Amino acid sequence: MSKKSIRHQEGDPETTGHSWDGIEEFDNPMPRWWLWTFYVCIFWALLYSIAYPAWPMISRATPGLLGASTRADVAAEIQEFSDRLAPIRAKLEAAELTEISSDPELAGYANNAGAAVFRTWCAQCHGSGAAGVQASGYPNLLDDDWLWGGDIEAIHTTITHGIRNTTDEDARISDMPRFGADELLEEPEIDQVVQHVMAISGQEHDAEMATAGAVVFEENCAACHMEDGTGNRDLGAPNLTDAIWLYGGDTEALTYSVYYSRGGVMPNWAPRLSEADIRSVATYVHGLGGGE
Amino acid sequence: MAFLDKHKVIETNATLLLVLSFLVVSIGGLVQIVPLFYLENTIEKVEGVRPYTPLELAGRDIYVREGCYTCHSQMIRPMRDEVERYGHYSLAAESMYDHPFQWGSKRTGPDLARVGERYSDAWHVDHLTNPQSVVPESIMPKYGFLSRKVIDGEYIGDTMKVHRIVGTPYTDEMMENAVADFQAQADPDSDYDGLLERYGKATVRNFDGSPALTEMDALVAYLQVLGTMVDFSTFQPDASR
Repeated sequence: MSKKSIRHQEGDPETTGHSWDGIEEFDNPMPRWWLWTFYVCIFWALLYSIAYPAWPMISRATPGLLGASTRADVAAEIQEFSDRLAPIRAKLEAAELTEISSDPELAGYANNAGAAVFRTWCAQCHGSGAAGVQASGYPNLLDDDWLWGGDIEAIHTTITHGIRNTTDEDARISDMPRFGADELLEEPEIDQVVQHVMAISGQEHDAEMATAGAVVFEENCAACHMEDGTGNRDLGAPNLTDAIWLYGGDTEALTYSVYYSRGGVMPNWAPRLSEADIRSVATYVHGLGGGE
Repeated sequence: MAFLDKHKVIETNATLLLVLSFLVVSIGGLVQIVPLFYLENTIEKVEGVRPYTPLELAGRDIYVREGCYTCHSQMIRPMRDEVERYGHYSLAAESMYDHPFQWGSKRTGPDLARVGERYSDAWHVDHLTNPQSVVPESIMPKYGFLSRKVIDGEYIGDTMKVHRIVGTPYTDEMMENAVADFQAQADPDSDYDGLLERYGKATVRNFDGSPALTEMDALVAYLQVLGTMVDFSTFQPDASR
């Protein structure tokens, strides 16, 4: 733009030299406030890159003058809280399991901490209210019907090692045979034993079949479920005489149970939860109503 | 300012502008990316992380296909609340064989980086089939159809080949036995010694509890391995990170 444009009046700012179809652009300076903000930002970035980890060097990035480390931060924060809780947790771990609920200080902590642990780790299967999922194999923890024992020590063992998992050698293990699928019983025998179970649980049943089923029961089921069908907690064999059913108590559900067998799996919590947490949640579950 | 006046030459020459822009962007990219390949404190060696088995890899593909990542992240951040809820914060090396990674930036559902062995297989099947049956508060959709989709791992070798191209160290032996390993992992009655020998710590179970090998088996196998490869009882974090 060697020649001054006619549109460019005296006193106007310089143009940038750009021209589109005769339309020109004034070369106005940026607003001062904007320019200074910009300079401050650049300066800030410089300080920031000195204070915090930033520039890649030969073998590692500059660590920054403040020594910032997210890992150290989280470790310190966790340490701070565990230091604060250390006395009560140590006391909880040293106490006899049976005495936790009678010590108001320990019981107060254990029930609150246990409730938090339960909602985080246990509620997905046992429900946020601990009522389990009826007829789906997730036991209700509010009643006094226990598969593996309902005293505080049994609950503590179950939580620590879990049930039928592959991740803990000391997990509670029992395998009901698949009486139908593995052809251990004939189909009529299965029908009979189901009627027997209907009978001992006080439901409507075919008396003739139930009588025949009693023999089948004694020969095949009594070893774990006991002769009277009241179950055996050492083997996790449920009581079949009450009205509480883990997988449903009608003819269809019972036939499936005998044919294919059932067995829930519970993870071992020892690798995920601290001993104090396990003791807390055991106390919480024990105190839900069914604890023995 | 004669030098600055030269920009007119660049602005009026599209090809030159393109070449120079590319140059500038390349420098920016190189400065940010290249150090990650050689800086020692970004490459943390962690014991235990192995490539996914064929069945887990198939499950991972289903995870991606169904868009699980739109609601579930797989990255536990180093913050106390996350560590207490989900477990040890995630390490970069734990997703080194994830192509693409599933870190995520939004959680509608919980983080899944350490969901492995946290629940039973039966729970996963129940929950995927009808989430509200076990977690009434859940808003997750139902994925019961996975139980009906029978798979045989016919193309898993191809998938592994692609993963090998992008850097997952699948050996020739793993490639040759891809289909056999795929089927063995979901069948505890099969001969799975070869699978364990090739992949080390792997879980062999009938994941969905039904005789057929279905997409449900694959997805549960994948979910059950998430976050379980590193033994954190022996892990020592590098404090300078």
